[in-house]
Amino acid sequence: MIYKGLLFLLWFCVWLLLQWPPSVQYMVTGAFVSLLVSFFTADIFSSLYTKEEAPPAKGGGILSFFSRIFWFLCYVAVFLWECLMANIDVAWRVLHPGLPIRPGTLRLRTKLKSDIGLTFLANSITLTPGTTTIDIDKANGYIYVHVLALKEGCEKPEARQCLADRFERILERIFE
Amino acid sequence: MNEAIGSSLIVIGVIFDFLGCLGLVRFPDVYTRLQASAKCVTLGTCGILFGLFLVKGFTATGVKALLCLVFILLTSPVSAHALAKGAYRSGVKPWEGTVVDQYGEDAAGKV
Repeated sequence: MIYKGLLFLLWFCVWLLLQWPPSVQYMVTGAFVSLLVSFFTADIFSSLYTKEEAPPAKGGGILSFFSRIFWFLCYVAVFLWECLMANIDVAWRVLHPGLPIRPGTLRLRTKLKSDIGLTFLANSITLTPGTTTIDIDKANGYIYVHVLALKEGCEKPEARQCLADRFERILERIFE
Repeated sequence: MNEAIGSSLIVIGVIFDFLGCLGLVRFPDVYTRLQASAKCVTLGTCGILFGLFLVKGFTATGVKALLCLVFILLTSPVSAHALAKGAYRSGVKPWEGTVVDQYGEDAAGKV
């Protein structure tokens, strides 16, 4: 039931934004449509969520909630900064006549376990220019990343954690 | 003031989108080209959309631009990842200048 309410709110907000500025006529239509859609799709979403029983949050409580929000804001700031730097770096490599790229795929070990944490990590890696997530091996805790310009020495098997370190440390505090 | 910042963001976005397309032509193989197109999305298209929002403010156009920004940020990494994995699984070899290929060495990368 709570999923239906949350989904209804979400769909209704999206509808409102699509029909901005709000008017009574559209709001009534939107309420009707989002009610219908949330009624039909809530089962899918709730089954997705409960299929893999989420581990009980450590520490719980309101303090943990606010610390998660705080770390999420930190994560957004770090992500925007990394993104900007990586954008400029890739733009320089595109414009350079010698095309200074050293592409390769890396196997990175990750400490994240939860689905949503892994999704966020993989998507942030892909959104950052110069790195793309290819695959996730959840059983062994590996993610495979294609890198446009590897740093010197990163290709050796003993080299560890050449990237994604910073994202992971923050995401651990939000989702684990 | 907002208009000035918005316009400069749009200009920056167009420049980065152009550089992304240039990279698409210059880079040697599927995977590196995907990297170039990923760069288009973050600073390029998102810059343009956010600049449009700053210029237009909370009007019908501006709010839709913000909504598009969110959807692009959600969908583009998924499609890039699916393309990369699909290309690898169907046997597209990385460029010969590739330094290391740890995905191919592992069982996960075998077809």
